[in-house]
Amino acid sequence: MTKLLKRMVNKMVYKRKDRKENETRPIEAKVGVIKNADGSAMFKIGKTTALAAVYGPRDLYPRFLSDPTKGILRVSYVMMPFAGAGDRVRPGPNRRSREIALVTEQALMPVIDLSEFPNSVVDVVIELPQTDAGTRCAGICAAAMALADAGIKMKDLISSVAVGCLNGTPVVDLSKEEEDLEGENADVPMAVISGSGEVTLLQLDGEVEKEHLLRAIEMGKEACKKIYDIQKNALKKKYGVEK
Amino acid sequence: MNDRMIKEHVETLLKKDRRLDGRKLTEYRKPISVESGFIETAEGSARVIIGDTEVLVGVKMGVETPYPDTPNKGNLMVNAELTPLSSPEFESGPPGIQSIELARVIDRAIRESKFIDSEKLCIEEGEKVWSVMVDISPVNDAGNLFDAGALGAIAALKSARFPGYDGERVDYKKHTDKKLPLRKTPISVTVHKIGDKLIVDPISDEEKSSDARLTVVHREDGKMCALQKGGTMPLSSDDIAKMIDLGIEKGKELAKALE
Repeated sequence: MTKLLKRMVNKMVYKRKDRKENETRPIEAKVGVIKNADGSAMFKIGKTTALAAVYGPRDLYPRFLSDPTKGILRVSYVMMPFAGAGDRVRPGPNRRSREIALVTEQALMPVIDLSEFPNSVVDVVIELPQTDAGTRCAGICAAAMALADAGIKMKDLISSVAVGCLNGTPVVDLSKEEEDLEGENADVPMAVISGSGEVTLLQLDGEVEKEHLLRAIEMGKEACKKIYDIQKNALKKKYGVEK
Repeated sequence: MNDRMIKEHVETLLKKDRRLDGRKLTEYRKPISVESGFIETAEGSARVIIGDTEVLVGVKMGVETPYPDTPNKGNLMVNAELTPLSSPEFESGPPGIQSIELARVIDRAIRESKFIDSEKLCIEEGEKVWSVMVDISPVNDAGNLFDAGALGAIAALKSARFPGYDGERVDYKKHTDKKLPLRKTPISVTVHKIGDKLIVDPISDEEKSSDARLTVVHREDGKMCALQKGGTMPLSSDDIAKMIDLGIEKGKELAKALE
């Protein structure tokens, strides 16, 4: 009986209760939150909070890592030990955090010009004090603002959001509850260059029909436009530029 | 400026009883703020701001087996992560000696003051006890992580509530109203000696210029419960007495931020 019920529930079309399918959770963004850093930002979406600090361009040690033709971007991603919804997270890098740092770096790199800083490094440090799904996307949004705050030459900003498909319903910005739903679901973190709409991060976990996926990606792009406005306004706020 | 030049400058100013940022020698930076319950994923948390220094502290709780030598007491763990977020001088990697000392001194402040009534954390003697894990994460290190971290740890422990527990598994989604069994509050003040002057609450440049420091932990009932001398220069008995007096006096002031 329960098995049948479960199957029936799984077949049901997913409908959100608290917000629209194309709506993100509430977002807060602030630039200049860490005084020691050359650039910094906070990006909060729902309960997920990301802090990003940028240090550099500065000398890179050990020397053999450096590139004599341009500066390099080095990203680290860390969940604070108390940031997880369950048990304490062991501090220090693990396989998950290193992969996220890698894809974050690749998501940001297309808009960043470090040709003026050979042999140097720009360090982007992302830390999350509190998480509830969508951490890599929040980290990328914060990092893009922090890089701009640090005065790093950028062609554009990067905005990022996770989209997904829950039992055939494309949705934007999955919550942890939605990520953990039973059934045919997919979680698709993505990042977009604001001006061109080109995609710089794309991952997929789960099962989804191709048409639904493509629809979800378009919804993600729309959501990124709104996120871009929030990022831009946070930068303007710090530098006292009128809206 | 290199460190030696900074030290000379700090010392010249101190001879005239002045400091880099214009404070009196025994004056803490302002504002001092302690905001509890800042992080929803933690059982207890605090955000401490002293001047430009900002520290987040989170408390996670779990059920573990007790240590063999304390079968009827809960476990306490204090950890500090000096990650490259908060200062250009910190590097990623395993905890360095600086973060180990910081964590251990704060651990002693909590443990030796018997702040947590750890026998009340026992669920089943020798089998199951509550474990309290305190993590200190600086967001901006502008000096004096010792006092900011300790203050944050105490505030986070005060704000902590047990998660749900059915005898088998911990349910972190369930928050109970049950507070940690706490006793008299300890407070930690670190006094630095630079030249022949004593100061509290150093900014980073003053920390780099410090000859010796003494972290003084005392409890609200006046008992001393932990000390840690740091730095390479020796202290005379007279220095020690003065530093302890200053630590206790300033501790009363700092304790007000917890109210």
